[in-house]
Amino acid sequence: MLTLSSTQRDAILATCIRALPNEGCGLLLGTSDGVVREIAASRNVADSAKVYEIDPRVLLRAYRRADEEDLEVLGVFHSHTHSEPYPSPTDVRQAPDPSWHYVIVSLRDTPADLCSYRVVDEVVSAEPVLFLD
Amino acid sequence: MAAVLRIPTVLRPAMGGESVIAVEGSTVGEVLLKLTKTYPAIKSQLLNDDGTLHRFLNVYVNDDDVRYLGGVEASVTNNDEITLLPAVAGGVW
Repeated sequence: MLTLSSTQRDAILATCIRALPNEGCGLLLGTSDGVVREIAASRNVADSAKVYEIDPRVLLRAYRRADEEDLEVLGVFHSHTHSEPYPSPTDVRQAPDPSWHYVIVSLRDTPADLCSYRVVDEVVSAEPVLFLD
Repeated sequence: MAAVLRIPTVLRPAMGGESVIAVEGSTVGEVLLKLTKTYPAIKSQLLNDDGTLHRFLNVYVNDDDVRYLGGVEASVTNNDEITLLPAVAGGVW
């Protein structure tokens, strides 16, 4: 299970909306029980509506921040601008870390839909997302 | 010369579970080549067949992305911190 505050959820949605027409993306920092403590928004360095890539400098800072604050980089979020919030074959192939939470925001409909997945050996499992006020 | 290598979680299972190890080499290429000899399973994630950096691997020496320092030719000196960061990417291809 992934636990997000409503403020973090809003930050994720805002990052994805700001990135339009491109996909938006960022990292999740938190504790190993899946509780997110910080969102690290990233520029989509792929600069694309169909592909995302986290800015490597954001990745470096996130790992250092996690070390300093005794947190972990828990996973990544990105948006699908015109499709359902489910990992594409590319998302699955490029999701090599079985410990990560892969959050996908679909902006196809209003309101936006946010879902989280685990990907282990290219097998996708949806997981519950708990939103705290 | 010994530098410190920080290993991301995704590569740790193939590298003995360590998060930080000491490495030897005067360039990034030397360091990575030695790693692939010790841990052959990770070679395809680090280097291309021609010895250049894999497209989806970011390597930092301290705060600097080695792609701007000559790639595998980037110098490594004593006490440098090398960080391997596989790219985080995807999309609706």
